[in-house]
Amino acid sequence: MTKTKADQTKPATKGGRPERASPKAGLTADEMGLQQREISVSEFFTKNRHLLGFDNPRKALLTTVKEAVDNAMDACEEAGILPEIVVKVEPIGEGPTPPAASLATRFRVTVIDYGPGIVRQQVPRIFAKLLYGSKFHRLRMSRGQQGIGISAAGMYGQLTTGKPVKIISRTSDKTPAHYFEVQIDTKKNEPIVLEKKEIEWENHRGTQVTIELEGRYQKGRASVDEYLELTSIANPHAKITYVAPEGEPKVYERTINELPEPPRAIKPHPHGIELGMLLKMLQDTKSHWLSGFLVSDFSRVSTALADQICKTAGLSPRMRPRAVSGQAAEALHKAIQATKIMAPPTNCLSPIGEKAILSGLYKQIKGSFYTAATRPPDVYRGNPFVIEAGLAYGLDPEQARQAAQPQAPRAEGESDGSDDNELTRVIRFANRVPLLYQQSACAVFKAVLETNWKNYGVSQSRGAPPAGPMVIFVHMASVWVPFTSESKEAIADYDEIRKEIMLALRECGRRLGIYLKRRERAALEHRRRNIFELYIDEVVAACKRLKDGKVSEEKLKNQLLEIAKKRTGGEKTDELLDQKSGPEGLPNSIIVTEEGVEGEVAAVAPSKPAPSPVEQPQQTGAAEPQEEEKQKIKPKKTRSSKKMKAVSKRRKPAHKKPGKRGKK
Amino acid sequence: MASKKNSGNVEKKLVGLADAVIEAAQKKKDPTIEIPVRSLSNVKFNEKKGIIEMGENTQERSFFNVAMAKKFMQTILVGDALAELQRAELTTSLREIYYRTKHTIADSNENTFDSQDESDPIIEDLEVGLAALREELHVRAENGGTVIGPLVLEDDGDRVDCSKLGKGGYSVPSIVEDPYVKIKKCSADFILLVEKGTQWNRMAEDKFWKKYNCVLLTGNGQPPRGVRRLTRRLHEEKRLPVYVLVDNDPWGYYIYSVVKQGSINLAFESQRMAIPAAKFIGLSSADPERYGLPRNVGIKLNDKDTTRAKELLNYPWFASKKWQVEIKRMLTSGLKYELDALANKDFQYLTKKYLPKKLQDKDWID
Repeated sequence: MTKTKADQTKPATKGGRPERASPKAGLTADEMGLQQREISVSEFFTKNRHLLGFDNPRKALLTTVKEAVDNAMDACEEAGILPEIVVKVEPIGEGPTPPAASLATRFRVTVIDYGPGIVRQQVPRIFAKLLYGSKFHRLRMSRGQQGIGISAAGMYGQLTTGKPVKIISRTSDKTPAHYFEVQIDTKKNEPIVLEKKEIEWENHRGTQVTIELEGRYQKGRASVDEYLELTSIANPHAKITYVAPEGEPKVYERTINELPEPPRAIKPHPHGIELGMLLKMLQDTKSHWLSGFLVSDFSRVSTALADQICKTAGLSPRMRPRAVSGQAAEALHKAIQATKIMAPPTNCLSPIGEKAILSGLYKQIKGSFYTAATRPPDVYRGNPFVIEAGLAYGLDPEQARQAAQPQAPRAEGESDGSDDNELTRVIRFANRVPLLYQQSACAVFKAVLETNWKNYGVSQSRGAPPAGPMVIFVHMASVWVPFTSESKEAIADYDEIRKEIMLALRECGRRLGIYLKRRERAALEHRRRNIFELYIDEVVAACKRLKDGKVSEEKLKNQLLEIAKKRTGGEKTDELLDQKSGPEGLPNSIIVTEEGVEGEVAAVAPSKPAPSPVEQPQQTGAAEPQEEEKQKIKPKKTRSSKKMKAVSKRRKPAHKKPGKRGKK
Repeated sequence: MASKKNSGNVEKKLVGLADAVIEAAQKKKDPTIEIPVRSLSNVKFNEKKGIIEMGENTQERSFFNVAMAKKFMQTILVGDALAELQRAELTTSLREIYYRTKHTIADSNENTFDSQDESDPIIEDLEVGLAALREELHVRAENGGTVIGPLVLEDDGDRVDCSKLGKGGYSVPSIVEDPYVKIKKCSADFILLVEKGTQWNRMAEDKFWKKYNCVLLTGNGQPPRGVRRLTRRLHEEKRLPVYVLVDNDPWGYYIYSVVKQGSINLAFESQRMAIPAAKFIGLSSADPERYGLPRNVGIKLNDKDTTRAKELLNYPWFASKKWQVEIKRMLTSGLKYELDALANKDFQYLTKKYLPKKLQDKDWID
């Protein structure tokens, strides 16, 4: 961001120079000097709010919710607390009764978490100072990266409604809760505290932030609703309650009761360092020797390796780092790039994990087949990253039953309606945050297009995503996700990243292909039996007419049915069919059939009565039917979990088979 | 099929289908219908008889086989519909059979037939399988040809004098078997079967048939069954020679060969359709030179023509030296000629010069 500031000042100086020849039209250097002053970042963003995702009222509402939720999730996870978040979006009007959500132009967004809270002194700066935060200066995976988000949202609210950001925070039940109203001084980029007091708060711990802003609420693609739904898919360890502007509050239950492995901060990897950065690091280091600098300021550099780098660069390992400049620095940079260095440590990453992705997809998306694959870590520009992909395919048994219902008799030339050209939906995530805009600019979408889905039995037109009832999930976890813009909407298309995405997609596609083939085979067997039963009536009726009624219809039918049963192997086939459809040989997959669920499904966590600050008179009513649903599902799950054990035993050796993995 | 040898009426044969199913069901066996294979691989040229005959290969169509179950069911349904026609003494078209047998199967959204393409081959299967002609099955095609000449027929009890039908002639029905169409009288000396309506009209207008005392027939392209069968009956019953006049191109040659030896598709009906003694009167590849047709009324052979002509060269029924010369001459010239090209010399060249000379010179190929 500092760069942007510099860019802004430079043109002013340059612009003055050629004008000097004609004093009448231009200004003197002194005059210009008077005009030249520092530009506050806050001022800069006031003018360029689109860079941060506040281009239009609809997007502004989404961005505000997104920034607050991301912050809350990061805080909870860092403190080792399972996130539980309440999001409330209320329309605000002039009068006492709020207008309809679709007509309202002003909204109050409240996000509450039961996380660690914020120490009193930091509250104003976190919420009302841009580029203030804990995340920019470290190389560690987190949702937020720069410390702009929530304060920018507050500033946008302040700009459009004049209302301050209201914060309640409490760090433990032993300390009181604090209430703040803050605004940002857009010139100085400093917080202005309008009000500050201790209050009574029903929550033992946590943070509540309220921002009033101009916005528009609309459902559908790239809406607050979609954002929260996707967030819940990628964060099955979080419980999210969404009080939408209209309708019942929606609860996204927690399905995984473990926090993701906490990511660790790492030092930069030598291969990801540019020359300018290297020069800066050489100046800033506390080491006295060059070799010591290399070892202590970078990851994956041993003393021996440092010596080797120095040797390649033709520099003494005992040189003072500060003395390395100019050509020497360039030689050092080249030497670093030329040296083979172990890939950066990957404990700084916290992938969602196959189990959790499956659970998230299974919870939110209806389908008959789910699978997920997490790739081993890789590196782009010295930044480690992990790609994960998942798939949800098909119709769930209920939808399938409906689709199979006989409709009106078909006329000539009419198809059976099974080949409608619905395109696959691609859902993208970076560090567990859903990406909702600029799909076609994103490396993920490009990788989906480039993958040949026809190989896996899914139809696909040239230059289009695959067709069919399918959702493709792709997650990139990295210490630094390369976005194409500041508003974090699309992942930049690095070769290494795209390659990894494609490998992950292929793995999922391969499993889908196996599943589809298996299902086709089962369907064929099923059809075999059905076909005969279906046609027997026709044949019997025609025979009766041919014989002029002189046939015992019942007798002939039974005789034929008996032959049919004998021919198709009777009950033995039934058993065989059942076995074949299991997820055997398909790691990290779930198959949903009419009989139940096969594969590992994380159970919905028992929802504990959480202290909620939001008055939700209807919510209890809404929660109950869900409880009932769970009860209904349970017997199925117990059945499947038995199966699952048997399956997982079988699954392990299958997993290790090198041949299985290598086949791509 | 049990009733295959049974020469009883068609209805009995159709009921035999149901009997086969019932019998198999009682024996706990898979009901099966045997159907002769109708493809080039199962066709033989009988040089002695001079006709194309169907081979011995048959295929089994059984009910309890996933790939055949639907076809089996469809076959029984079509059989039922055909029996219904027999009982009601009606004739109908292929398309009406399709509509008659089409319905949605109970408890499903599957239709018994989705298009006529599915029911047509089954009717042909039954024709072959039951050794019953399509006419005998009471299935007719569109009337596709016309006849004119000194010929008296009786159609449904109506007397039709083909010499008193003006320039239009009598439209040949698709079923010309004895009970439906009776040949009452025929005083002609020969039969002339023309490929195209244009030339037939010319000859009708010029009263060519009166002058040369012949029966003029056309099938407007490949002659339909009715025309072929009527020609065969006149040839057989009245001992009349048959001459075929077609365009000079591979398709013309093939039309002639179908009249003469029968077609690959309907090989099973050659016995009753083919006229091995039919003669090819023109247009021969030798005619342009002999009759002085200018090169500019020829049409360049396209790739399809050339390929087809080369195929004809390999058919055993075109193996005679005369035919090899005839076809190769066309290929060498690289040109084909339509009958219409004769008009280049004179509108009545065909009736006034060409045919009289041909007949006089006995200039034809066997």
